[in-house]
Amino acid sequence: MTNIFEYAPAPESRAIVDIKPSYGLFINGEFVDGHGTSFKTINPATEEVLAEVAEASDADVDEAVRAARRAYTRVWSRMSGAERAKYLYRIARIIQERGRELAVLESIDNGKPIKESRDVDIPVVAAHFFYYAGWADKLEHSGYGSTPLGVAGQVIPWNFPLLMLAWKIAPALACGNTVVLKPAETTPLTALLFAEICQQADLPPGVVNIVTGAGDTGRAIVAHPDVDKVAFTGSTEVGKAIARAVAGTEKKVTLELGGKAANIVFDDAPLDQAIEGIVNGIFFNQGHVCCAGSRLLVQESVADEVMTRLKRRMSTLRVGDPLDKNTDVGAINSAEQLAKIRELSQIGEDEGAERWSTPCDLPSKGFWFEPTVFTGVSQAHRIAREEIFGPVLSVLTFRTPSEAVEKANNTPFGLSAGVWTDKGSRILSMANKLRAGVVWANTFNKFDPTSPFGGYKESGYGREGGRHGLEAYLKGADA
Amino acid sequence: MTATSTSTASSASSHGAFDDIVGSDSSLRRFLHGLPGVDQVGCEARAAGLATRSIKTTAKAFAIDLAIRMVDLTTLEGQDTHGKVRALASKAMRPDPADPTCPATAAVCVYPDMVATAKQTLGDSGVNVAAVATAFPSGRAAMDIKLADTRDAVEAGADEIDMVIDRGAFLSGRYMDVYEEIAQVKQACGDAHLKVIFETGELQTYDNVRRASWLAMMAGGHFIKTSTGKVQPAATLPVTLIMLEAVRDFREQTGQMVGVKPAGGIKTTKDAIKYLVMVNEIAGPDWLDPDWFRFGASTLLNDLLMQRTKMTTGRYSGPDYFTLD
Repeated sequence: MTNIFEYAPAPESRAIVDIKPSYGLFINGEFVDGHGTSFKTINPATEEVLAEVAEASDADVDEAVRAARRAYTRVWSRMSGAERAKYLYRIARIIQERGRELAVLESIDNGKPIKESRDVDIPVVAAHFFYYAGWADKLEHSGYGSTPLGVAGQVIPWNFPLLMLAWKIAPALACGNTVVLKPAETTPLTALLFAEICQQADLPPGVVNIVTGAGDTGRAIVAHPDVDKVAFTGSTEVGKAIARAVAGTEKKVTLELGGKAANIVFDDAPLDQAIEGIVNGIFFNQGHVCCAGSRLLVQESVADEVMTRLKRRMSTLRVGDPLDKNTDVGAINSAEQLAKIRELSQIGEDEGAERWSTPCDLPSKGFWFEPTVFTGVSQAHRIAREEIFGPVLSVLTFRTPSEAVEKANNTPFGLSAGVWTDKGSRILSMANKLRAGVVWANTFNKFDPTSPFGGYKESGYGREGGRHGLEAYLKGADA
Repeated sequence: MTATSTSTASSASSHGAFDDIVGSDSSLRRFLHGLPGVDQVGCEARAAGLATRSIKTTAKAFAIDLAIRMVDLTTLEGQDTHGKVRALASKAMRPDPADPTCPATAAVCVYPDMVATAKQTLGDSGVNVAAVATAFPSGRAAMDIKLADTRDAVEAGADEIDMVIDRGAFLSGRYMDVYEEIAQVKQACGDAHLKVIFETGELQTYDNVRRASWLAMMAGGHFIKTSTGKVQPAATLPVTLIMLEAVRDFREQTGQMVGVKPAGGIKTTKDAIKYLVMVNEIAGPDWLDPDWFRFGASTLLNDLLMQRTKMTTGRYSGPDYFTLD
């Protein structure tokens, strides 16, 4: 079907980014060669190789931890909070100034639409640094004391590469810790550009160290005896392995893991906005969101109407070139992730759920998956229980509020939930009963540095963001 | 679209489908208050999101010409004269005298006493004459005066009537009075098309805008229109979004299309394109036609012309190259 108002391509220029052929590790304020086997990072929308990236060996990780320890002991922990704040403010401002460059690079390396990296990721990254810069000289009022832990080993995922870096580094530095951070192996480029920003901000060497690599590098960081604190965002499986690895040590740990969030729509909901919330909940960032609203629980009395409206709305989603300013849904981050999404979707069909995908032409190269919704899903289906981490929505129905709560909580996860109703009292009562770290009311996927974020049950422990986010990087009020 | 347009044009003031609803004050109220609520934050976020669409090159050229064809070129001043209206009507027919490929606007919009003058100039050019009536802009007059006002404009040759609703009646919950008022004005319109102005700046809430939209559509309005231009805020993107959702849902239910006209405060090509994106993605491409979407505007046209010239020549020319009427 051709539309008379066909939007012409509106590509954001990639001339602003300068991707080097190869990248080293950022240790002690300098880029150095790694001693592991270097790997390639590709553009998931085109499969074009972007750069060769060093892999940090155990020895490289050890070097990075030693640099962080030196910087911690000699400089960063001795510096006044007000002085640390100046560096963080400076970093925040540089991120804003280089916002377009960061956004374009993030979209190229990750596959997410430029609209999202430009309007969500990068502004929230800067906001995190500004927010925690403000805490640096006020820690005695935090409720968690003002004594830092030491060296933080941080491992982050590929879905929000720079944003997850900000969630980890900003509070750690504000509290006086130094860090060794490993970005995901499919999305290292913005972390490496952030390393350049640290140089530009004259951050003392060793305060931030970026080591690239895959699982082995992550394990080396977690297991390193001189790391005082481990912070991880990623899969529940790896989270469990980390918990096992640090058990019995003095290390403090925060884990932000998977989710299978229920987005609950009552019959008195503001329907048009609820549809937007459902779409945003599962198709934002191609569904590569740990708190994605991947289970839609809709009250039976409005289920048909909601599905009609949802499918109509989904048909207007523009899937394609991440750098086109009108793209709503970009590329799946990797071939591996695409295979997982395909596998679970096939299982959904095999188990008898009804599959509907938006009619859209997908590019022939790169990793793509059309926005998909499954109806007739029951709690027993795997697509209702397992995290798909892609643009796939499972729809279930309920009759009463208590049934909604029961189904929403009937999962090993507990990261987030959404409630859609015009009734204020119902929002409050649902929020009390839902076993989820974040409950959004009449909205979804809203992130703000002032608001704590984290999970119940197998979605992890510890909080990031807000005053609560400081706890993970301070010794406590009694220290 | 022709089939739908014919059926809408010939439909009587009440649709059989709604007989039960408009049968009594209480059933009408129940229906209007039973419409799904609007979450203000979500609605405004959606409008702002659509406003980030980037419309370039061929799409922009298409949008500019379409927007020109959708303009109701308006003058509604106490100081209006026959000379002024004649000038405006000439401009509506040939907005850019230097470029014959530039399309004409949809209509000129004037007070009833200026209709004959406008009609005389426009002749059979295809540009319609729209007249504001029913004690525009306040709507504060007795019913027979409003009807006389309407008939007067129609007799003088108006093709379209832009009426105002009684906002006092609406806000005090007398929905049936508003319904009757619209239905009666529609009858007085005869063959002329009826646009129903809500003055959304006075209705204030999005829930009210949604209710007013359904009320006017059930009463047989051909178009629903945001504002008179005399009250601030006039047209906004979120208000128009609610109205576009209403006409979309109305067609879903009845098969009949109703037009939408934001008016007041739309001054730039950039603004106009944001509205067209919203029409495209909310109501759907069927509404991308002067029969179903209009801009009530006076200064917008010159900005569209300037941008149009920029698209064709690659250069911006100064405002002195475009007529001030």
